[in-house]
Amino acid sequence: MSLTKKFDKDKLILGFAAPALAILAALVITSLIILATGSDPFHAYEVMVDFGSKSDSQVWIVNKATPYYLSALAVAIGFRMNLFNIGVDGQYRIAAFFAAVVGGALTLPGIIQIPVMILVAMIVGAMWAGIAGLLKTTRGVSEVISTIMLNAIGASLIGYLLQDGRLAEKEGNLIHTPYLPDSAHFFEIPTVPKPIYGFVVIAALAGAVYWFGLNRTRFGFDLRTVGRSESAAQASGVNVKRMVITSMVLSGAMAGLVGMPTLLGVSYNYGTDFPTGIGFTGIAIALLGRNHPIGMALGALLWGFLDRTGTQLEFEGYAQEIVGVIQGVIVLCVVIAYEVVRRYGLKMQQRKVGEELAAQAKSDKAEVSA
Amino acid sequence: MANHDIHLSVRRGTVHALCGENGAGKSTLMKILYGMQKPDEGTITLDGEQVSLHSPADAIARGIGMVHQHFMLADYLTVLENVVLGAEKLHGIGDKARAKIKEISDAYGLGVRPDVLVEDLGVADRQRVEILKVLYRGARTLILDEPTAVLVPQEVDALFDNLRELKAEGLTVIFISHKLGEVLSVADDITVIRRGTTVASVAPSETTPKQLAELMVGSELPSPETRESTVTDTPMLNVEGLRLSATDPDGVVRAVLDGITFTIHKGEVLGLAGVEGNGQAELVEAIMGMRTPSEGVVTLDGADITQAPTRKRREGGIGYIPEDRHRHGLLLEAPLWENRILGHVTEKPNSKGGLLDNKAARVDTERIVREYDVRTPGIEVTAASLSGGNQQKLIVGREMSHQPKLLIAAHPTRGVDVGAQAQIWDQIREARHEGLAVLLISADLDELIGLSDTLRVMFRGRLVADADPATITPEELGSAMTGAATGHLEHVEDGGDAATDTAADSNDTEREGGDSA
Repeated sequence: MSLTKKFDKDKLILGFAAPALAILAALVITSLIILATGSDPFHAYEVMVDFGSKSDSQVWIVNKATPYYLSALAVAIGFRMNLFNIGVDGQYRIAAFFAAVVGGALTLPGIIQIPVMILVAMIVGAMWAGIAGLLKTTRGVSEVISTIMLNAIGASLIGYLLQDGRLAEKEGNLIHTPYLPDSAHFFEIPTVPKPIYGFVVIAALAGAVYWFGLNRTRFGFDLRTVGRSESAAQASGVNVKRMVITSMVLSGAMAGLVGMPTLLGVSYNYGTDFPTGIGFTGIAIALLGRNHPIGMALGALLWGFLDRTGTQLEFEGYAQEIVGVIQGVIVLCVVIAYEVVRRYGLKMQQRKVGEELAAQAKSDKAEVSA
Repeated sequence: MANHDIHLSVRRGTVHALCGENGAGKSTLMKILYGMQKPDEGTITLDGEQVSLHSPADAIARGIGMVHQHFMLADYLTVLENVVLGAEKLHGIGDKARAKIKEISDAYGLGVRPDVLVEDLGVADRQRVEILKVLYRGARTLILDEPTAVLVPQEVDALFDNLRELKAEGLTVIFISHKLGEVLSVADDITVIRRGTTVASVAPSETTPKQLAELMVGSELPSPETRESTVTDTPMLNVEGLRLSATDPDGVVRAVLDGITFTIHKGEVLGLAGVEGNGQAELVEAIMGMRTPSEGVVTLDGADITQAPTRKRREGGIGYIPEDRHRHGLLLEAPLWENRILGHVTEKPNSKGGLLDNKAARVDTERIVREYDVRTPGIEVTAASLSGGNQQKLIVGREMSHQPKLLIAAHPTRGVDVGAQAQIWDQIREARHEGLAVLLISADLDELIGLSDTLRVMFRGRLVADADPATITPEELGSAMTGAATGHLEHVEDGGDAATDTAADSNDTEREGGDSA
C-alpha cells in the first residue's frame, strides 16, 4: 500500500514540477531579455503584480480568460486523442458569425433565443471541424494542414458575407451583423467596477463536462485509448476512423462556444472588430495546462493577467512587446519541461519497479504488500 | 540492480551459451560486454588484459561484435552498402570492400551475395549479413542475442553450421538463448544466469535439458504436453473460404489470404504453424474484425460475425492475445488498471451503462495481479515499467477474465520466461477443459505440437498441410512450413533426415525465385 501511495505522491510532485519549472525558466529568460534592453526586470514584475491585482484588472482578467479557457478545452479534446486542431480559430469565428446572424434575425424570449444561438454556434463549429475529420479519415489529409486551410477559408467566407447588403449592416466605419435583441443578452455577475460575463459559468460547466466525459465514461476511455495508441485502440475494438471524426466534431462544437462570451456579453453583434486569434492562444494554454481542466483554467488566467499587465508596462517605459515575449518563452519552456519531466518520471518509475522487485526477490517471499 | 556477482569466463575458439529466463539479466550482461552500459564494479579481462569498455566503438575496436535480436539493416540498400555503412574507412566502399566481403563470406561459409538488396533477403540471409557486418569490422568475439528466435528449424541448423565454422577459425561466439535443446546442441560451455547472477557453468555433455531448466528457474521443466483430448463435436469458430487482398507498396493487389477454411470445436486447440509473414497475422486480424476480407464467412458459436465490428466480436466472446503486445495489447504509458479495461471497456466489471467503474476495475486488476502472478509493486505503475513476461501475464489474465469462447493466442509465450510459460500453458489447458476453443499461433514448434489437438500449416496465405500433433516432429513440420511438403503430413520413421535436407534446399531456391518475381 505504501508504495502505491508513494507513486501517487511522486506523480503529483512531477505534475507540478513541470509548469513550475517552465514558468521559472521563462522568468529567468525574460529577465535577461529585459536586462538586455537596458531596463530593470524586477520593477517590471512589480508593476505587473501591482496593476494586475487591482479589482478592475481582476474583472478584466476573468472576462478575458473565459474565451481563452473554452478555446483551450476545444484544443485539448483534440490533444487527448493525438489530433492537433489548429483550426479552433476559424471554427469559433465562423460559429460566432452564424450565431450572430441567426440571433440578429430572431426575436424570441431569452430563454429560447440564447440556447438557439449557442446551439447554432456549436453545430457550425462542429461542422467546420468535421470537414477536417472527414478529410483525414477518407483521404488521409493531415488535420494540421486541413484545419489551418479551413481557417483561411472561414475568414474569407466571413469577409464575403460580412458586407453591407449581404448579411451585415454599416454603422459608421464599422460593418457588423444586425444587433441582437435585448433578450439575447447573457446575464452578468454584478461586480465593481465592471461586471463579469455570466458565460464564465458555462465555461466552468464545459470544463466539468470535459473532465467527466473523458475520465469517467466509456466513450472517454475509447478516445484516450486512441490518443495513446491507435493500433491498440483498434485491436481493443474502437472504430478509430469514427473516433477521429467524433472527436473533431466535439472539438469544433466546443470551439463554437469560444465566441459566445463576447457575442452575448459585450459586442451583441459580429463585426469586423470581433476578436481573432483566440484559437491559437488556446493551443498555448492547453499545452500549459497539460489538457487538465484545472490546469487550463489557471493557464487561461495567467494569460489574461499577462495581457492585462502588458498594457501597463508601456506607461512605465517598457516595450509592450515584452509580454508577447514572456508568453512565447513560457510556451517553449512548457513544451520542453513537460517532455523532460515525463521522461524522467518514466525512467524513475521503471527503476523503482526494478528495485522493488529485486528486493522482493532477495527476501524471496512472494508476499506482495502492494 | 539488474546484475550482481556475475562470473563468466569464455575460452577462445568456443561457442559459449548464456541461458536464463527472461529478465534474468542476460541482456544487461551483454550490454556491459558490448560497452553499452557500465558496470558499477568488477572487471572484464580480454586475452589476459584488463579492459574497460565505454562504448560499442570501444568494444568493436577490441574485437567484440554484437548481432542484435532485431536486425539493424537498411532495406533499400544492398548487402555491400549495409556492410560498409559506418565502416567506410576500413576498405572503402568499392571493389576492395566487395572483395573483402567475398573473402569473409567464403572463409566462414556464409554464402552472402554483396549486390543483392536487403529487402529481397529472407530472415536467415539477413542474419548472415548481420554476422558478416560484425566480422567485417574485425570482430574476434561475437555476441549473438537470441539468434534463433526468428528461424525455422532448418535455418537454425544452417546457422549452427556457420557458428561451428567460425569456431573452427578460432573465433569466439557468445550465444544467448533460452531454448535449451539448441543450447545443448551447439555450445561448448554453458553458463546459466538466474535473477541477475551466474548460478552455474556446465558442459553440455554433462547435463540434460531438464537439469538446465531446473538451474534456470530453480524448478522443474514445464512441458506443453496435453494428451487427453477434450475436443467436442460442437463447432465454435468456423471460417469458410476466407480471402483477403492487400495492396503492396508497388500498387499490386495480392491475395494475402486465400481459400482459408477451418473449424475449431469447443475444447479444441488448433495450432497454426508457419514461417512468420505467411498470412498468420492477417488471418488473426481478419477474425478479430480489424481487416475486412473480400470473400468468406466467419461464424462464431453459430452466429455469423463476418460483418461484425471488432468490439462486437470481443463482446461475443473472442479473447485476444496479440502477437505484438506493445502495439496491440497494451497502453504502455497507462497504469495497469487502465490496461485491464483495454479491450473490455463495455464489459463488467469495467463499466456500468456508459460510465466507467474505475473502482471495480482497480479491484479486479488486483485480483489478476494476484492470480496470474504479475510481478509488480502495484497497479498504478505504467505497463511500460513491467518486464515482457509480466506484461504478457497481465494480458492473459485480462483476456481469461471474460470467459472467452474462443481464444486467439498469437505467440502467447514469446519472450516469456520458463516459469510464466508453464503458467500460460496451464491456463490454456484449463480453459480448453472447460470448452474453450483456441487458435494458437506460435513459432515455437514444441509449444505448437505440445498444446494443439489439430495442426495446420500456413504457407503464402494458404493452409497447405495438416498434421497430427501426436506423431509429428518439429523437423517434419518445419519442411511443410517452407512449402516443401503439402497435404496430410505423415510421420516417417526412417529417412526423415534426408527428406528434411532436400526441403531446406528447395526452400532457398524457392524463396529467391519468389522474391525477385
